[in-house]
Amino acid sequence: MAVLTSPRRTRPRFGPQAGLVAATRGVAFAALMAAGIGLLTLIVAAVFLIALGAGILIVGSGGPHEERVLLAFLAIGTGLSLIRFALPATLLGTRRLARLTRQLAGDWCGVPIAERYTPPPAGKLTYTERLRWLATDPVTRRDLRWTAANLLACALAAAPAAIIATGLIEFIGPEFTRLIPPPAFPGNTPRTLVVLGLAITSVGVLAAPALLRAYGLVARSILAPGGEAELELRVQQLTETRTEALDTGAAEIRRIERDLHDGAQARLVAMGMTLDAAGQIIDSNPDAARALVLEARDASVKALAELRALVRGIHPPVLADRGLADAIRALALDASARISLASDLNGRPPAPVESAAYFAVCELLANVSKHAEARQTWVDIRHTDGMLRIGVTDNGHGGAEPARGTGLRGIERRLAAFDGVLAISSPPGGPTAVTMEVPCALSLPKTSSC
Amino acid sequence: MRVVIAEDLFLLRDGLTRMLQAHGLQIAAAVDNGADLLAAVTADQPDVAIVDVRLPPTFTDEGIRAALAARREVPGLPVLVLSQYVEQLYAHELLADQAGAVGYLLKDRVFNDDQFTGAIRTVAAGGTVLDPEVVQKLMVRHSRTEPVARLTPREREVLGLMAEGRSNAAIAQRLFITEKAVSKHAAGIFGKLDLAPSDDDNRRVLAVLAYLGS
Repeated sequence: MAVLTSPRRTRPRFGPQAGLVAATRGVAFAALMAAGIGLLTLIVAAVFLIALGAGILIVGSGGPHEERVLLAFLAIGTGLSLIRFALPATLLGTRRLARLTRQLAGDWCGVPIAERYTPPPAGKLTYTERLRWLATDPVTRRDLRWTAANLLACALAAAPAAIIATGLIEFIGPEFTRLIPPPAFPGNTPRTLVVLGLAITSVGVLAAPALLRAYGLVARSILAPGGEAELELRVQQLTETRTEALDTGAAEIRRIERDLHDGAQARLVAMGMTLDAAGQIIDSNPDAARALVLEARDASVKALAELRALVRGIHPPVLADRGLADAIRALALDASARISLASDLNGRPPAPVESAAYFAVCELLANVSKHAEARQTWVDIRHTDGMLRIGVTDNGHGGAEPARGTGLRGIERRLAAFDGVLAISSPPGGPTAVTMEVPCALSLPKTSSC
Repeated sequence: MRVVIAEDLFLLRDGLTRMLQAHGLQIAAAVDNGADLLAAVTADQPDVAIVDVRLPPTFTDEGIRAALAARREVPGLPVLVLSQYVEQLYAHELLADQAGAVGYLLKDRVFNDDQFTGAIRTVAAGGTVLDPEVVQKLMVRHSRTEPVARLTPREREVLGLMAEGRSNAAIAQRLFITEKAVSKHAAGIFGKLDLAPSDDDNRRVLAVLAYLGS
């Protein structure tokens, strides 16, 4: 499931406060780096243990034979089981850290970094399936490269804090405590030391925002999508979603054809026959003819009702007339559950996106009324930074799992055709919050001559 | 009674004109768009305007907006809106001014010409007429909640017919009961829903709809 990128893009400003904030954030980045290196160390340790075991077996120096074999197998066994645990843990861990870095680079450094992971295959994954999914994603290689490169890059982020600390502790510190010896160089009077210390500290503070931004840029050069492998993957994703979109479209057309054939068309044929019969007996038996005509009229009412229901399923009239917000408002009026709607749409998304979003909300609301036993549902529609965001939250009992039902997967697949994503949070006991995001532009609201 | 019709499809406009003329109504004007409707209602001062929801140029909800605009232009102008489909949302908007003299019906209802001309006369006389399909949705929404759930099945039937804008006489005829029985049911319903009783038909419809629409 793809991550929801934060809309906030605060670029640190200059000035002492911004500098201190930036320096602190640099330290936080350094902590992320350390965590990443720790994860890599797990793999290194495992490989080292296996190599050690193999070495003992091959070289075979020291101690009696049985002990050596036992020691070797112990090392290899520990190494293998460590690998089994460490491989997915490291891959997932570095991915988490890389995602956090991407987000923080946007929030803290003012350098937003796009993210494009391969979505996990459907259903519950076995160990090997999961590993294959993680390992074959080209972004994983990117993340690993970043985790290693971060060891050097992090100097940029951590430098301001180090400079500030040096200024404070090494130069100003000795003035206040005897525990710290003053640095030894000619002319190190307490006064010059304090002046130098203040100068060093302010260099650190003033340079911090720029260095943090530089760190963000370095992170982007490694973490941002690009390159042939990722383009290939993108093509593959597009091919898949296109095929799915075409299949869904074709299935819809077949359903509509069947509904028309069995419904309205059949009724019209019957009406024609009834009217024909009425025409034949209109002179001989006017009363019976009138009854037949009334029957034909009733059939026409039924045919119209069926056509209406069909049209509603294809493209609801209110959606066509008024757009997403009012269509969902109409849906809420028809529903027996309590649904409140908040919308700040200032225009209309492209018709296919609008329709997909509408039916996704329909399905989510249907899910809520079927499974959640919620007292209240909130629908929230907004458009920011070229992204249509729809949240559907209920206060029911939670526990919704995309892996179990096909409904959520279906919505996810349909949104994927527009590069849209769906994220769900539904702990047992509730509440359930589903967030959908579809990148799109809004067209200006239609103005009418009336 | 003088009528203005706004309907963009020639066949329907023509059919409606003939049918209403056959029922002794006078067609002051039959137009095919919202702007002409505004001109016709100000020029002809009809007793009622019959408006299709979908009109050029947008073919969306032009008719609703034209009807509301016409009522702003000619305050109290009775308007009957016809549509291929009915939406509670639009019903809310049409009824929002609480002034009555509004109807909102599916186009299918035209087939039953007695009921349809009855609805036209009700609206022209300042009454409110709401399509049974809208009322049914309103009733479904309330059927499981108190105090509507406490009504007897018969009372619920009467409540639905009152919401459609029918008079006691019409309800009595429809349910094969006496008018006296209808007023007894109506009093019972108003008591259970805690609404102030009213003899005025239109005020009664509005009270019931305001209750169900809340």
